[in-house]
Amino acid sequence: MTTPRYKRFLLAVLAWAIALIIFFPILWMALTGFKTEAAAIADPSFVFSPTLESYVAVHARADYLKFALNSVVVAFGSTLLALLIAIPSAYSMAFLPTPRTKGTLLWMLSTKMLPPVGVLMPIYLLFRDTGLLDTLTGLIIVYTLMNLPIVVWMLYTFFKDLPRDILEAGRMDGASTLQEVRHLLLPLTLPGIASTGLLAVILSWNESFWSLNLTSSDAAPLTAYIASFSSPEGLFWAKLSAASTMAIAPILVFGWLTQKQMVRGLTFGAVK
Amino acid sequence: MRLHHTLPVVGAMTFASLSASAETITVATVNNNDMVIMQSLTDAFEKAHPDITLDWVVLEENVLRQRMTTDIATNGGQFDVMTIGTYEVPIWAERDWLVPLNDLPEEYRVDDLLTSVRDGLSQDGTLHALPFYGESSMMYYRKDLFEQAGIEVPKQPTWEEVRDWAGQLHKPGEETYGICLRGKPGWGENMALVSTMVNTFGGRWFDMEWNPQLDSKAWQEAVSFYVDLLNEYGPPGASSNGFNENLALFSRGNCAMWVDATSAAGKLYSADESQVADKLGFAPAPIAETPKGSHWLWSWALAIPASSDSKAAAKEFITWATSQEYVELVGEQKGWTSVPPGTRESTYANENYQQAAPFADFVLEAMKSADPTDSTLKPSPYTGVQFVGIPEFQSIGTQVGQMVAAALTGERTVEQALQAAQRSTERTVQRAGYLD
Repeated sequence: MTTPRYKRFLLAVLAWAIALIIFFPILWMALTGFKTEAAAIADPSFVFSPTLESYVAVHARADYLKFALNSVVVAFGSTLLALLIAIPSAYSMAFLPTPRTKGTLLWMLSTKMLPPVGVLMPIYLLFRDTGLLDTLTGLIIVYTLMNLPIVVWMLYTFFKDLPRDILEAGRMDGASTLQEVRHLLLPLTLPGIASTGLLAVILSWNESFWSLNLTSSDAAPLTAYIASFSSPEGLFWAKLSAASTMAIAPILVFGWLTQKQMVRGLTFGAVK
Repeated sequence: MRLHHTLPVVGAMTFASLSASAETITVATVNNNDMVIMQSLTDAFEKAHPDITLDWVVLEENVLRQRMTTDIATNGGQFDVMTIGTYEVPIWAERDWLVPLNDLPEEYRVDDLLTSVRDGLSQDGTLHALPFYGESSMMYYRKDLFEQAGIEVPKQPTWEEVRDWAGQLHKPGEETYGICLRGKPGWGENMALVSTMVNTFGGRWFDMEWNPQLDSKAWQEAVSFYVDLLNEYGPPGASSNGFNENLALFSRGNCAMWVDATSAAGKLYSADESQVADKLGFAPAPIAETPKGSHWLWSWALAIPASSDSKAAAKEFITWATSQEYVELVGEQKGWTSVPPGTRESTYANENYQQAAPFADFVLEAMKSADPTDSTLKPSPYTGVQFVGIPEFQSIGTQVGQMVAAALTGERTVEQALQAAQRSTERTVQRAGYLD
């Protein structure tokens, strides 16, 4: 049985409408970046003469590349580190569970319920004493710890879905635990690991609380770059939009290129 | 190795050692127009001081405040220069968090700084921060609309008159609203204006025994007046309007009147940024029962945290950025309406500035007449016109700001809002040990 044409048409229109509504703020931000400050606060309009003056002004005030490079290093560094820690822990929880596994998983997730500002002072003092303030290493450590519960949870559900027989067959053939993980588990759950990694990258890229509080100049990522163009006193809409467009551009392109893996991974395991 | 080969190497090494010896100072500042100009003049400073390099951390005001407070309270040492306001300076100075600035060079001309601003940045008579720019509050109005309606603005308008004019000029069908005022909750947002209204209606935050006075008649009258005025003659959604939103509304020609910071004058007079540049009138902030505390006093200042490792270089920078020479540099390079206002007598004596900024004398008068030590009709135990100079005020002001905003949106009556505000303020000061 096939869906009638008109139904398919209606569904397509609905999908486009929803996609446009979701995408509209980003589109508007991109357009505002090409307006003058006066046009940016004037009545909303799609008709305007585009200018690059905001981009020029933004470029003159801050070194975009330095911030972008910090974002890339921190987002990918923390994701790699989180995966390195999470894969063995998710493996042991999925295949060698103990009576406390469920409790441990829930406890890990509960740390996400704490408002970050609650631990700002102790973390700031620890960082001050260990010389980690305003360093990429410090930020990578914080982001790794921040994303670890989600990464472990996602990997745990992906690993749990894998039939145990496959791993047992490998073991019968004499594979060591390391070989089992390397040659069976990782290749079979790669879509899940990839989507977990992508999610961790996006979460780290967008994180602003810790990046604003623990960095000043050397390790400041793009979130600090955007924050420097926002102000309660003074109109900087066009410049803020230009800066934001530049800040989200890399992750937008990255998300676009990897959307297939992302959707495949998310539908493959956890969220069925 | 022949000589002509060694020379460039020696030269390069000398250059490398010179640039390596340059001291880098980290300056934390807010993203306001005047600070953006300061950042753009980095090259001028570094050229005059080749041994100092500037690193900037520019953040939005609230984020910066949280960031700096965390750093200074933990002795983090991340910043060498901090941009703080009149509210923070005495509180931080008392805790020895700031470097006292009592040995400034003679050419800096401390006496040239406006007395009210200098006093606001001093603790026990010693300056702990140097003023970068200062502001008071005043009333802006549309001369064309006032002329059409045949209204003449007296030298000192009252809030009653303002309400009458707002009623006459309110034409929501034409998207012209009688008056625009801050409505966004926050101690530096709606409460800056509401506090000045309470002052001029004869009220105060605390009596001499630190008992909160928010359920007093004066508060009731002032807040009712504010809520009614804005609901009847204000723009729609006024409870989400702060300085920026009102600046945008007024410069687009949507407001007949606006009472806010004097620092908006430069932007409103600039034809590039404002559609009402040629129709702009200004008057002192309106008064009611008393002129005391009817207009606020605020200044953004540069201070050196005690945790800085580069205090001498930081001092070089802050004395440069707040000097008369800096004002002249900005005037010549960026235009005279762009110079940081409200800090030095010499700025107002400058002919170029007077010509470019017709509001100059007016702002100077407002700055001089605002007295943070005597801003209420009945005596009060605190300093500050639009704030109370105690550490707890940030949370008190923001909580009360939320209650006032709730009254503005009709979520609560003014009476309910003020009662709740009174209770929460009582709790806070009691816990902090102000009440016995």
